[in-house]
Amino acid sequence: MRLFASLKISARALRRNKMRSLLTMLGVIIGVGAVIASVSLTSGATKEVEDQVSSLGENVVNVFSGNFTRGGMRGGWGSAPTLTLADSAAIAQLPNVVAVTPEVRDREQVLANGQNWNTLVMGESPSYPQIRNWKMARGAMFSDDDVASLAKCAVIGQTVVDQLFPNQDPVGQTIRIRNLPFLVVGVLAPKGFNLFGQDQDDTVVVPYSSHMHRITTRRFVNDILVEASSSDTINDVQDEINELLLERHHTTDPDFTVRNQLELMDMVTKTSRTMSLLIAGVAAVSLVVGGIGIMNIMLVSVTERTREIGIRMAVGARAADILVQFLIEAVTLSAFGGAIGIGGGVAFSMTVSNFYGIPAYTPYLWIIIAFASSALIGIISGFYPAWKASQLDPIEALRYE
Amino acid sequence: MNSKPVIQLRDLYKTYRSGEVEVHAVRGVSLDILKGEFVAIMGSSGSGKSTMMNMIGALDRPTGGQYLLDGVDVATLNRDALAKVRNEKIGFIFQGFNLLSRTTALENVEMPMLYNSRRIPAQERHVQAAKALNLVGLGSRSGHHPNQLSGGQQQRVAIARALVNQPTILLADEPTGNLDSQTSIEIMGVFQTLNDQGITIVMVTHELDVARFTKRMIVLRDGRVVTDEPVQPRSQADVELGKLKAAQEAVQLH
Repeated sequence: MRLFASLKISARALRRNKMRSLLTMLGVIIGVGAVIASVSLTSGATKEVEDQVSSLGENVVNVFSGNFTRGGMRGGWGSAPTLTLADSAAIAQLPNVVAVTPEVRDREQVLANGQNWNTLVMGESPSYPQIRNWKMARGAMFSDDDVASLAKCAVIGQTVVDQLFPNQDPVGQTIRIRNLPFLVVGVLAPKGFNLFGQDQDDTVVVPYSSHMHRITTRRFVNDILVEASSSDTINDVQDEINELLLERHHTTDPDFTVRNQLELMDMVTKTSRTMSLLIAGVAAVSLVVGGIGIMNIMLVSVTERTREIGIRMAVGARAADILVQFLIEAVTLSAFGGAIGIGGGVAFSMTVSNFYGIPAYTPYLWIIIAFASSALIGIISGFYPAWKASQLDPIEALRYE
Repeated sequence: MNSKPVIQLRDLYKTYRSGEVEVHAVRGVSLDILKGEFVAIMGSSGSGKSTMMNMIGALDRPTGGQYLLDGVDVATLNRDALAKVRNEKIGFIFQGFNLLSRTTALENVEMPMLYNSRRIPAQERHVQAAKALNLVGLGSRSGHHPNQLSGGQQQRVAIARALVNQPTILLADEPTGNLDSQTSIEIMGVFQTLNDQGITIVMVTHELDVARFTKRMIVLRDGRVVTDEPVQPRSQADVELGKLKAAQEAVQLH
């Protein structure tokens, strides 16, 4: 039996009972549609979070100093003075470490242009934009020489530009921090809000040496950012940093915390993975229900068309021909339902996304999975009715009224 | 005329078992049907003629004896091989036409070619089906659905469908059972024309009038052949049609 001819026969049979075919497909349509819609919305949310995590930089290992505890009050990561510039320099010597920057942070009132603005002033090394995967919108990052000379220069974020230099090019202008003039040498490209809702562009970056000696007087850094050579080496780098710092701090009880981006990503995606699992469960149930509907209708169809089966057998259709014909019919029903469901699900999630302003993203893999499993459901649920049809006795079938 | 037998039945038996009771539908039928013959198998209901028909048509297998169709022992074939025999060697014509509704006449005629072991391209299927429809005088109706055709026209479509794979025998089961007398004669005319072209036809009927159009009459009773003789005198469709029309004019039917 020719495949194309079988398809034509199936299409004709399904068109004959449009309403019934539609109702039968509805089970698969709703099941697949619901799955695609929820997958789109959850992966939209997950993707957004992942984008934010990777906006922190790629293959980044964070080293925080331990938490500072006094009288039961715990200061949180970075509050205890344990990490030094020497630690940072030592880490830079480790294998598979591409770039390192010590970080010192402080909120300061920044003045310029007759305006003032309270912002986060960070002391960093020149590798900071590279580690954070952050481009310069204008100008350039300060250099190692600037660090060495405690230069009074700064790179500022877009929010600070908007507040202090509206409609002006800030590069070459001066900002004052604690009454010290800092020359603006560059502007960071807008990066938006981070995972924790902070405006990343609301910042002024200065050489860490200038920060530690001119703006504040510190001997310790808040944390150290380390970029590993790749995601394969990131765990090794993390382990080596741990060992190195334990040795350098002469302790077995770590007074610091080392985290990497992958762990952070894991934490963030764990919930969405649970969600996906739940969706998969719902999908399985709804597809089984849809499959039962298809099997039911196919059994009805086989009974209704007993005479047709008899005629076909009388003119030479083999059992396999009949089996294939009904299987194709079932698969056509379910695959068509699946396709409509996918379209409906994508449309629904896009509508919701537009309406509520939440991101939606349908992974191609899920479209393939949804389509394949609806086709599979057709094969599974269509097999018994099709087999039953193929085993009919042609004489009995011809006599059937 | 070629005297090679296309159908050879040797001591053919068919026994059904319904519960405890054994039903002997056919008990020891032996006969040869030669190429080019036009045979009527007659008998009252329960005589075993339908069972005979099913076995000759490779829809059913005998429980005893031998059935050679074109030299092949059909009794030993499996389901798929039987389907192949039905497809290639036998053309079926039924009392109730058994056309697929909502399918055009042309598509109905094409259907047996879908199940051919040789892959027949769609274009060739169209051509062959159209040719078969022309042969039964329905070339202009190929796009019509069965419910748009009269009984006689539907039966012509069924005959075209039976002919399309160039079978060894045409097998007709009460082909005029659902038709009025004039249309019956017309259908018998089609059969006679086909037979004159050398096609072997075996027809089951319980009407003597219809059987008179054939060349040989076999009567079954209780599963056995009781009469097997040439039809004498034989009716000719065009003559009978003329007579009928004259009779109809006499009573001003038209």
